[in-house]
Amino acid sequence: MKSAPFTYHAPRTLGEALVLKRELGDQARVLAGGQSLMPLMHLRLATPAHLIDINRIDELNYIRTADGHLVIGALTRQMEAMSSVVVAEKSPLLKETIGLVGHAQIRHRGTIAGSVAHADPSAEIPATLLAMGGELVARSASDERLVGAADFFLGPFTTALSEDEIITEVRVPVWPEGTGSAFLELSRIYHGFPVVGVAALVHLSDGRIDRAAVALCGMSGTAIRAPGAEQVLVGSEPTVDLVAEAGKAAVAGFDPPGDVHGSGEYRRKVGRAYVRRTLQAAFDRAGGGR
Amino acid sequence: MSDQVHVGVRVNARVYQAEVDARMALVDFLRDHLGLTGTNMGCEQGVCGACTVLVDGISVLSCLMLAVQADGAEVMTVEGLALDGGLHPLQEAFWEKQGLQCGFCTPGMLLRGYEILVENPDPTATEVREKIAGNLCRCTGYQFIIESILEAASRMRAEATSG
Repeated sequence: MKSAPFTYHAPRTLGEALVLKRELGDQARVLAGGQSLMPLMHLRLATPAHLIDINRIDELNYIRTADGHLVIGALTRQMEAMSSVVVAEKSPLLKETIGLVGHAQIRHRGTIAGSVAHADPSAEIPATLLAMGGELVARSASDERLVGAADFFLGPFTTALSEDEIITEVRVPVWPEGTGSAFLELSRIYHGFPVVGVAALVHLSDGRIDRAAVALCGMSGTAIRAPGAEQVLVGSEPTVDLVAEAGKAAVAGFDPPGDVHGSGEYRRKVGRAYVRRTLQAAFDRAGGGR
Repeated sequence: MSDQVHVGVRVNARVYQAEVDARMALVDFLRDHLGLTGTNMGCEQGVCGACTVLVDGISVLSCLMLAVQADGAEVMTVEGLALDGGLHPLQEAFWEKQGLQCGFCTPGMLLRGYEILVENPDPTATEVREKIAGNLCRCTGYQFIIESILEAASRMRAEATSG
């Protein structure tokens, strides 16, 4: 099927885009990489009257560091971030995560901010953003605000973004030396959406865990932190028993939905095993630098 | 009512100017407007990779890109692989190694294969297997496609050193 007709806007500056979004509100969708929105439009699950294409806004394409954060513009393609030496150095977890998103053709067009804005509960990038304590810069024509990832994802495909706002930037804090991280997922097909995915970061100080973050995708209506696992970890020494206990604690409070890819109970079992494996990988890496 | 937009695009070294519906996907523009039916459209959802073309040298799914988004860009389709009338080494290798059966995925496979060999003229079989993951083939089981791309790589390297 072809998408329903729409009026097309291709602003050259962010200012123009924000004015358009203010005028058009929920009549308009923002088109970035289009790897999620275009399929929805072809299926007519999304029928926006207006499209605001931000692909010609060059000022939104950048990767830099500022105030201890890795800062990525809304138009930066996943492939650019994946091959960036800055991303590799400042956030190996983000690099690893992007490598699991779709396949090459998807990553060539798809953006990091676009994946966040789409808020698919199975998508990998929101889980990593949540684990890292990332933030989003949401701009409107009159205002700019910083939204923590923890406050951004409200439900499946639903975010805290207002109808006059556009995400302009993704910010992730750079974790300190001594951090180990990993992203592992169970996916039915190679590079497909995961049934369950786990992002984990651990920081070791004198052999003890002083910081830990675990987030999962595919376990709930949004990507979700696993505070139970984090509590088990912090203050302890990393051992095989500890990561097993953390896996158990991670899924204790979750009641994941079942679908054709797996029942809720199956997801809990996979989540438990994958939290354990992801933490093990993160600890292995923390031992040898980052 | 539909929004009409202007598209000026170079496809396989030829410039085209057109007024099209804003909602027209690049794949439909190539096929229906320019008559370049070598590019196939499979799923229209970015899953199958059949519609892969190169835009400014980078492989994209032409079903998920609007024609208007290619305005000012350089597009290469399978028709552009064999511009001088002879087959490209990739096409020769697919022919000889039976890298296709029904042929539906082939234009996408060829262009992704072309990009893979531009990035690395001497990939391993494992790398090729990993890198064509976005292009589905329901006939071959991929083995002959991988062998074809490796065979083309070897021929292109030989040409590069002799040329």
